[in-house]
Amino acid sequence: MLKEYRTVSEVAGPLMVVEQVEGVKYGELVEIEVSKDEIRRGRVLEADGSKALVQLFEGSAGLNLATAKVRFLGRGIELGVSMDMLGRVFDGFGRPRDGGPQIIPEKRVDINGNPINPYARDYPSEFIQTGISAIDGLNTLVRGQKLPIFSGSGLPHAALAAQIARQARVLGTEEKFSVVFGAMGITFEEADYFISDFRRTGAIERAVLFVNLADDPAIERISTPRMALTAAEYLAFEKDMHVLVILTDITNYAEALREVSAARMEVPGRRGYPGYMYTDLASMYERAGRIKGKKGSITQIPILTMPEDDKTHPIVDLTGYITEGQILLARELHRKGIYPPIDVLPSLSRLKDKGIGEGKTREDHADTMNQLYAAYARGKDAKELAAILGEAALSEDDKKFSKFSDEFETRYVNQGHEENRTIEQTLDLGWELLTLLPVRELKRIREEYIEKYLPDTRPA
Amino acid sequence: MDEGRIVKVSGPLVIAEGMGNARMYDVVRVSDKRLIGEIIEMHGDRASIQVYEETAGLGPGEPVYTTGEALSVELAPGLIEAIYDGIQRPLDKIKDRVGDRIERGIELPGIDHERKWHFEPKVNPGDSVKPGDILGIVQETTVVEHRIMVPYGITGTVRDIKVGEFTVVDVVATVETADGLRDITMLTRWPVRRGRPYAEKLPPCAPLVTGQRIIDMFFPVAKGGAACVPGPFGSGKTVVQHQLARWADSDIIVYVGCGERGNEMTEVLMDFPELIDPHTGEPLMKRTTLVANTSDMPVAAREASIYTGITIAEYFRDMGYNVALMADSTSRWAEALREISGRLEEMPGEEGYPAYLGSRIAEFYERAGRVKCLGADGREGTLTAIGAVSPPGGDLSEPVAQATLRVAKVFWGLDSTLAARRHFPAINWLISYSLYLDRLEEQISKTVAADFGDLRKEAMQLLQEEAELEEIVRLVGIDALSIKDRLSLETSKSIREDFLHQNAYHEVDTYTSLPKQRLMLKAILDFHHSALDAVEAGVEFDAIMKLEVRNTIARMKYVPEHEEERLSSVFQQIKAAFIGLTQAVGGEEVA
Repeated sequence: MLKEYRTVSEVAGPLMVVEQVEGVKYGELVEIEVSKDEIRRGRVLEADGSKALVQLFEGSAGLNLATAKVRFLGRGIELGVSMDMLGRVFDGFGRPRDGGPQIIPEKRVDINGNPINPYARDYPSEFIQTGISAIDGLNTLVRGQKLPIFSGSGLPHAALAAQIARQARVLGTEEKFSVVFGAMGITFEEADYFISDFRRTGAIERAVLFVNLADDPAIERISTPRMALTAAEYLAFEKDMHVLVILTDITNYAEALREVSAARMEVPGRRGYPGYMYTDLASMYERAGRIKGKKGSITQIPILTMPEDDKTHPIVDLTGYITEGQILLARELHRKGIYPPIDVLPSLSRLKDKGIGEGKTREDHADTMNQLYAAYARGKDAKELAAILGEAALSEDDKKFSKFSDEFETRYVNQGHEENRTIEQTLDLGWELLTLLPVRELKRIREEYIEKYLPDTRPA
Repeated sequence: MDEGRIVKVSGPLVIAEGMGNARMYDVVRVSDKRLIGEIIEMHGDRASIQVYEETAGLGPGEPVYTTGEALSVELAPGLIEAIYDGIQRPLDKIKDRVGDRIERGIELPGIDHERKWHFEPKVNPGDSVKPGDILGIVQETTVVEHRIMVPYGITGTVRDIKVGEFTVVDVVATVETADGLRDITMLTRWPVRRGRPYAEKLPPCAPLVTGQRIIDMFFPVAKGGAACVPGPFGSGKTVVQHQLARWADSDIIVYVGCGERGNEMTEVLMDFPELIDPHTGEPLMKRTTLVANTSDMPVAAREASIYTGITIAEYFRDMGYNVALMADSTSRWAEALREISGRLEEMPGEEGYPAYLGSRIAEFYERAGRVKCLGADGREGTLTAIGAVSPPGGDLSEPVAQATLRVAKVFWGLDSTLAARRHFPAINWLISYSLYLDRLEEQISKTVAADFGDLRKEAMQLLQEEAELEEIVRLVGIDALSIKDRLSLETSKSIREDFLHQNAYHEVDTYTSLPKQRLMLKAILDFHHSALDAVEAGVEFDAIMKLEVRNTIARMKYVPEHEEERLSSVFQQIKAAFIGLTQAVGGEEVA
């Protein structure tokens, strides 16, 4: 029988102090009986002598210091995992929210996990074809990568993430594939968009969803992504599945983190976010990857809405330092009606070099990618110049580059919501656009590839 | 062994009572899980302990054991090719023991105590020795000769010295000192927070050749120097660090992955055994030690990892080697300091960082240098420290970057706009600097070619000029420029694209020797001079721009080093091309 304490001495914000406790452990899960039929949960944040500081996941509303009963469960927060999770929707704390029955767990796993030994990691190198040119051609995603989407309010990140989830596949293989979706503090409509998209395409059969909506307890969000990742690890490393984890929206998660930190009166880092936010985010993002000798993999696509589209905001900045690149959505492209509005210049996939080339995509991939980047950058510069001085001020070459950058946006970056381009189509499209430029400017491409792949545009 | 009791647990910080006999910075074992921690504050008999492992599940009342020893590393044959966590536990052996994930409370020695090495003595019985003298050698890998030195504090006469196969804990020599006989093993221990002693510090004088054109030509670092690479995310800090670890002409590389991505360490682990060192012809791994404390590993061990790395580096320096240490990233280390400081409720300095941040950073970089080692032979060793800095938002005004710039002599400023154009390495030539330039140029002029410095100066001038000319172009358009200025612009563009831009993933372009660097830059500048002359002689600007030889110059970077003739034939081609052009103009005049 667990000891019950009625010694709550203080409640402030999401925190509660319990006194005269014995044997409390740091990080332990806590149950609080608020009334006969309501039990809330919390976690020990600090064990100080006979005092325990507890973080409440579901808020403190209605909590009475005299009547609340507190039990320390002697274990961390756990998630019961089994293959029955597939096709189900859970709340942010792992309880069913689709009206279905509780799942019978194969086993219970601590949601914090242990760090992967870097020596046991296998380097991600398998190309994932998303069918989206701006990603496949220029910011290639590979299995086991963590590649966030940096977006802003009002931009179509949800549509892009859903399209990736729908279309992603590894060339030449038919392997077990699943999607784990973790939603933190998003609106009902946004969650519904994903759920109905998954239902429509049948993807729900191989998906697990953890949903914490905007009106669900904010502090619960701290455990939601860890629930999702624990489920993903089970599927990937015990059931050999290739798992794509979509986490949205990390900004809400970080705000919950800040709320707890502020309540504890910790010394804040930048913009009031706690100094340990880097470590905390890393403990989630680093759970992506491959492990030697294991068939499965975890690929992560976290979504962040940048406050004020500010790339230097701490949440965005710290994420960029941990993840292996970023896909940046631009408002300017969105206004031009380009979907997906991926701004390719500041976007980056750090692992692309290992996932492309002969045997993976095509031998000319790396060179054309570099060339497209350089040409687009130069074209944008030329257009900027033309905006000040007029088109006439441009040199012949610069006019060509300027035209190139327009075509690049409307033909290469732009594509339909349902359009699924193969990597060959994407690469060939790149070559087609390069014919707009003088051959001598194609400095980043090996001569043999120019001869082999550059379409002949001279009139016969 | 003394025993205390935990009274408080808060994240990586544990406070224990009954620790009156412990000393500051002693290593302790926390709870019966025997988690490793270090004392960082004492108040009466209460000690604040930073724990190097996850503390979930610890609670008040559990025991704390002191070991009476400061945090130390084991130094002996077996360091090379190893991969350690932040407190020198071998990650490969951890995997063998507990599998793919790192569990808590694992105790493993940093050096394999059972493996035997062939020890070959270098002194004879009766020789008198003092600290730092080389007693014997072990061929640790095909390229590293591990020199076993007389440990610090032992002076006397060799009584006995052995030859043959020994483990690192076997006695290989006995020295008679003033206090009696002392047995010497190959294994020594050294506390990581204390720099290893040397006879004398000397100013650095030789360049660290990295094969990276912008670094070697424009912003070189000296062997024994300190350099920093600040840059926002995505600007290629890690690629620069990896490239240096790959190609720098150092005898030993210590690579510290401090709070960075797990996959980056995996990349090093997979690449280095495959890549061939151009200087020795052997795999790069044969000269490399890795310290990996990735961002998901405990934060306190991240703080220690930098010290673990630099102590190992100093140990090899003391053998008389040129050692280079890469630390990626020192900002994560500073954040670990901040986190612990916050938990200690210290009064924060700027941005929540502790007030002692600057002095800690300075202490670290000051452990780099060229030294005369201890030992009678007066050998010299160097330790080059290259730290990456990850300033939030790329803003260099933040405390870690500022504190680093105060002590590092070389600054490679990475620029996100360059990175966005895929100009790599994205080192901005307008803001970067190297304070070693003058000192090193003299030597490079002697070893490579006398005009090395002049080429650099002219190229740098053109790049500076370009920045100014571009301002003008932005305001009034390209037509406002004189032909001469337009040529300067084209040449600067060529310097940027054909020389400074270097593809780390291209098999030839990834490394360029100093002589080839000189040829490449000389070709660009020769073309520039010839073009200026041609313009004087009345040749059209567009005709010059259409010359095929420009393409040849642009592609020099892809020509392998050994095809020397193909490289030097460029100069003939430039000459021929311009003779052709001027003759054509001259011909018209005659007609």
